[in-house]
Amino acid sequence: MSAQLPEPLIHARGLVKRFGDFVAVDGVDLDVAAGEAFGFLGPNGAGKSSTMRMIGCVSPPSGGTLRILGLDPRKDGPRIRGQLGVVPQLDTLDLELTVRENLLIYGRYFGLPRALIRERADELLEFVQLSDRAGDKVEPLSGGMKRRLTIARSLINDPRVLLLDEPTTGLDPQARHVVWDRLFRLKHRGVTLVLTTHYMDEAEQLCDRLVVMDKGRIAAEGSPRELIERYSSRDVVELRFALGENEAAAEKVADLGDRIEVLPDRVLLYADDGDACLDRVQTRGVTPLSSLVRRSTLEDVFLRLTGRTLVD
Amino acid sequence: MSVVSLPAARSFSFWLMTYRRTWRGTVITSVVSPVMYLAAMGVGLGSLVKSGQGTGGFSYLQFVAPGLLAATAMQTSAGESTYPVLASFKWVRNYHAMAATPLTPADILVGHLLWIAARVAMASGIYLAVVAMFGALRTPLALLALPVCVLVGLAFATPIVAYAATREGDLGFTALMRFGIVPMFLFSGTFFSVSQLPVGIRPIAYLTPLWHGVGLARDLTTGQLESGGAWLVVGHVAYLLAWAVVGTFFALRYFRARLAV
Repeated sequence: MSAQLPEPLIHARGLVKRFGDFVAVDGVDLDVAAGEAFGFLGPNGAGKSSTMRMIGCVSPPSGGTLRILGLDPRKDGPRIRGQLGVVPQLDTLDLELTVRENLLIYGRYFGLPRALIRERADELLEFVQLSDRAGDKVEPLSGGMKRRLTIARSLINDPRVLLLDEPTTGLDPQARHVVWDRLFRLKHRGVTLVLTTHYMDEAEQLCDRLVVMDKGRIAAEGSPRELIERYSSRDVVELRFALGENEAAAEKVADLGDRIEVLPDRVLLYADDGDACLDRVQTRGVTPLSSLVRRSTLEDVFLRLTGRTLVD
Repeated sequence: MSVVSLPAARSFSFWLMTYRRTWRGTVITSVVSPVMYLAAMGVGLGSLVKSGQGTGGFSYLQFVAPGLLAATAMQTSAGESTYPVLASFKWVRNYHAMAATPLTPADILVGHLLWIAARVAMASGIYLAVVAMFGALRTPLALLALPVCVLVGLAFATPIVAYAATREGDLGFTALMRFGIVPMFLFSGTFFSVSQLPVGIRPIAYLTPLWHGVGLARDLTTGQLESGGAWLVVGHVAYLLAWAVVGTFFALRYFRARLAV
């Protein structure tokens, strides 16, 4: 017998999801270990949510192997779902019920004893900073509060894995930071997080490891830092020119960086020393309307891998 | 105290919890509606109707009360099987919330059907009590009309829930009420015997689940079998059960198709 490696919580090989002729997920391989924060980064329609729904055991795979917590979703769906926490893309809170009632009823779905549900509900409301709203209806809560309530609800069964589909989409920046802070705390407690996002900053903040998805496939995998090192330069020089002059200006400066991208609204010049690069642009007599030197981000990785921007 | 609960009972408890917010209104409706109908139709209109062959020899109040009772079961059931189901898929999305937990589409469906059955039992129970207060029950056998109402409720609920599970909007519901539920309410033996209908139309009335429900309810509240005798009773029950079984089959199919895609 070989030495026992801890089995990954999520294990997929050649995972496929078809809807009629449309292939939403086209042969995905992945492993998520306990305690990891794992992310799917990609634009809308990349297959992130379809993959998440298969992992959440609400969508049967069309092909390939999928094992969750060592079990087969096709046969053990209820048993697996009993150990998952799910934060869906669209809230499924009952607006007519109170904040606390939403937690109580959700706990009932797992068949948990009422006393335990009550105890956990109070703890979780404390954790997501909604204790003072416990008796209020959900309807008037802000988007950020509803998200936090959904997160609290997903934790009622003390799940081994928390699945978050676009956890902060549609929230204002302040509300996003509160949600991130709570997720960060969960991560520190050792909860395994699996999330999808099309926000690179979210992926960078929360994920230990991520896959970049495009058109149903995994385009790259690694930690945010690794991906940036592998697929981009340290710095990026952003140049903005007058309307219609991007192409002409880009030709003049293309050789100054490792790589150049011409977007509709700006030109990106990739270089390890951005400031030096921008100096050379100016010595060449090219004068952009505005310029900016910044660090490479996952957005640049995505652009490199797919030729497209993440949020369009 | 902790009891291991059946999964369907867990999805049932969702409906119970939300009902706590609206029960007052429904109870008032359940009391006021039979009082009005029985007063207007049974007592008022009934004063113009001679008891005779057309009323099975009973007073019109005694004749119409079981008809209204079964029709109420139908209407309560239809109301609970349309908008709440669509809302659970599309607006409140509570079915989707449940589907992410250990509950299966079958648990979610059965829990909701149990709830609809409970609502029908509540409304019918109140109706039966009001009928008793009007003095229109002739035998204690009338208590058995309550399970008959639940059966009528399920014969309607299961196919309507199945239909609602295929809908993206509520347009079809208005048509269902207008061309299905209302004509049945009027012509399935509720207010007058189907034998008064033109011969060519009668078979249509016989096909409606409501006619079978009215027949059973009338047998039980009057304590007198229709001319068809005991076999007709068996036929009524079997026919209603068949609707409930076939309806459940399709409802389950559509629930699975929509919740596990």
